[in-house]
Amino acid sequence: MSFVDVSNTGTVDQLRRGYGFVSSSVTREFNVKYKTSVLGALWAVLNPMALVFIYTIVFTHLMKARLPGVSDVFGYGIYLCAGILCWSCFSEVVSRGQNIFIENANIIKKLSFPKLCLPVVVGAGAVISFVVLLGVIIVFALMSGFSLGFELLFIVPVLLLQLLLSLSIALFLGVLNVFIRDVGQLTGVVLQFWFWLTPIVYPVSILPPEIRTLVDLNPLTAIVSSYQNMFLYSRAPDWGSLLPVALITLLFMFVALSFYKRNSTDMVDSL
Amino acid sequence: MSFLSVKNICKEYKIYPSKWARLKSLMFPGVKTHSVKRVLDDISFEISPGESVGIVGINGAGKSTLLKIISNITNQTSGEVVVEGRVAALLELGMGFHPDFTGRANLYMSGQLIGLSRGEIDRLMPSIEDFSEIGSYIDQPVRTYSSGMQVRLAFSLATAVRPDLLIVDEALSVGDAYFQHKSFERIREFRAKGTTLLIVSHNRAAIQAICDRAILLSGGKIVSQGKPDIVLDFYSALLAERQQELISQRTLADGSIQTTSGTGEVEISSVVLQNESGSRVDVVEVGTPVSLVVDVLAVQPVSRLVLGFLIKDSLGQPVYGINTHRLDKPVDDLCAGDRYRFRFEFPASIGKGNYSVSLSASRLDSHLDKNYHWIDRALIFSVINTRLCDFVGVAMLDVDSSVEKVSAIDASLSEA
Repeated sequence: MSFVDVSNTGTVDQLRRGYGFVSSSVTREFNVKYKTSVLGALWAVLNPMALVFIYTIVFTHLMKARLPGVSDVFGYGIYLCAGILCWSCFSEVVSRGQNIFIENANIIKKLSFPKLCLPVVVGAGAVISFVVLLGVIIVFALMSGFSLGFELLFIVPVLLLQLLLSLSIALFLGVLNVFIRDVGQLTGVVLQFWFWLTPIVYPVSILPPEIRTLVDLNPLTAIVSSYQNMFLYSRAPDWGSLLPVALITLLFMFVALSFYKRNSTDMVDSL
Repeated sequence: MSFLSVKNICKEYKIYPSKWARLKSLMFPGVKTHSVKRVLDDISFEISPGESVGIVGINGAGKSTLLKIISNITNQTSGEVVVEGRVAALLELGMGFHPDFTGRANLYMSGQLIGLSRGEIDRLMPSIEDFSEIGSYIDQPVRTYSSGMQVRLAFSLATAVRPDLLIVDEALSVGDAYFQHKSFERIREFRAKGTTLLIVSHNRAAIQAICDRAILLSGGKIVSQGKPDIVLDFYSALLAERQQELISQRTLADGSIQTTSGTGEVEISSVVLQNESGSRVDVVEVGTPVSLVVDVLAVQPVSRLVLGFLIKDSLGQPVYGINTHRLDKPVDDLCAGDRYRFRFEFPASIGKGNYSVSLSASRLDSHLDKNYHWIDRALIFSVINTRLCDFVGVAMLDVDSSVEKVSAIDASLSEA
C-alpha cells in the first residue's frame, strides 16, 4: 500500500514538496551512511584520503614525481587532493545517479511526486561529502604550511558547473538504465577510463601530444585544472577554458532533460 | 460540476521485440520498433462530489492501471483526467517505506511526499501512532516490521488528513480482521463527511456496503456500470464466462435487473416458494416453514447436476446459500429431456425485509467450474413479522431471556 497526492496545487506547493523531500532524503541518507557506523562521518573522508595517501606515496616517493614549478614535497599531495576532491564528487553523482530511478522504483511506481527530485538528492548528498573533504584538505594544507588564497572562493561557481554537468550525465544514464540495464555495468568501466583520462594523478604536461589532445577534449580537464590552480598556485580558474565546458554542460542538460521528458511515462511503466 | 472526470482514456504499453530494438528507438526517437498492447480502451466516467464508486473486474482488466492514471503516477496514452481537490491514494501492497529507517523517520519522508509539511506531520504524529497501534515499534527500523504493521502505518499516514477524494486499491483486504474493520470504519467516516471514494476490490461485500455505484471493467473497457448489486451480479456471471457462456441481463417487471448465464446444457425452468399447505406465496411470516420448489430440464445429457440456491437481502448481501452437493443429493447421469423437481424445505427464520433468491445449476460445488444455468433474482419474496416481537437484523435467533437481581459478590461474570 502506498499513497499519492495528486492535488492540483500550484508550483509553490510543488516546490515546497520537492524541497521537503530532498532535504529529508539527504538528512536520511547522511544518517544512514554515518550514524549507523562507529566512525560515522570519518568515512566520508577516509576513502578519498586513502586514495590521496596511496598516490602520494607511490608517485612522490617511489616514482619521484615532481610537479613543474612546485618544489614543495607536499605540492604533489595538494595537487592530488584538489583533483580527487573534484573527481570524487563527479563520480559519486554519475555512478549513484545512473541507478537512482531503479533504486527508487518502489516509490516511483506508487507515488505521484516530482521524480526529478531524485537526482537532486544525489547531487545534494555529493555536495555534503565534498564539503567535508574540502574541510579536511584545507586543514591538511594549512598544517603542511601551504598558504591558500581567497581564490579558493571560486570553488563555488566551478562546483556548480561541475554539478550541472554530472547531474545531466546522471539523469540521462539514469533514464537509459531503466530500459537497458547494461548501463550500470558500463558506467563503472567508463568511469575508470575517465579517471585516467583526466589529469588528476599526473599533470597534463607529461603527456605525449596525441594523448594530450584527447585529455584536452575531456570537459572535466578544465574543471580539475581550475581546482588545481586554486589550491596549488592560488590562481583564479581559467575562465576561457571553462567557457566551452559550460556550453557542453548546457547542451547535455538540454539533451538529458528532453530525454527524460520523452521517456518518463515509459520509465514508470517499465520499472 | 464533477469531482473526477475521466474522458476517453486509452493506455497502451509498448512491447519491444528485443533490447536492441528498444535501444534503437531510444536513440532515434522517430524510429518505431515496438508493437502496442492496449490495456485501457476509451474509458469515460464521471464521479460527483461525495459519491462512492467501486471498480470491479477480473485480474488484468486494467483496474490498477486506471487508478495509477487517475492518481497521476503514470500517464495515459490519450484522453483526459480532471481531478479537483486533495487526493489520497492507497495503492497495492508494498510500501514506499525505507527499510533501514524508523517508522517515525519514514512518516516524515513519506508525509512530505504526500504534501504535508513537517509542522503538520509533527501535529498529526500522535494520531497516526495511535491509529496504527504499532506501539514502541514506531522508533524501530521498518525492516523489523511485520507486513501488517507496515500496512497499518501506511494506511494511518495516508488517511491522517481527510482527503476530498480517496482512492483505494485492494487495501481493504490487507491487515488482520481487526485492522480491516478499523480502516473500513475510517473510510466510512470519511465518506459520511463528504469524501468521494473510488475503490477497487474483489470483496463483494465491501463494494456493496460502501458504494453508490459500481463500474465493471473487462479487457480494458467498461462493460457495465450502475447499481453495485446489479454490476456485481454481472461480474459474477463474467467470472463464469470463461466457458463461453451467454450472459444476459434483462429488466424485470418491477424495474430491477436480472442476470442469467450458463452453458445451457441444463435449464432451470421454474421456481416457486410455497407455504406449509403447498400454495404459492411471496410474502412469508417470520419463522414459518416454507419450501422452495425448483423445476429443472436437462437439454443435453450431463454427467452430474448440482442445484444451489442463495438468498440475498435487499442490499445484495448473502443471507443463506446451499446446494445439493453439500446436502449430499446430487443427480448423476442425466439424459436429454429429463426433468427433475428439487424441493428445499426450511423455516423462514430471517428478519423482516425483502429477499431475492438466486439459483445455479452446475456440475460441481462451485458455479465457476461448469455453470449450466444461473439465474440471479429468480424469485423475490418479502418477510413480515406480525406474530413475534419486533427484532432487528436478518438472523432470527430464538432468544430466551431472564433477569435476576444479583448481589455485588457474584456481579462480575468475567471473574467467574
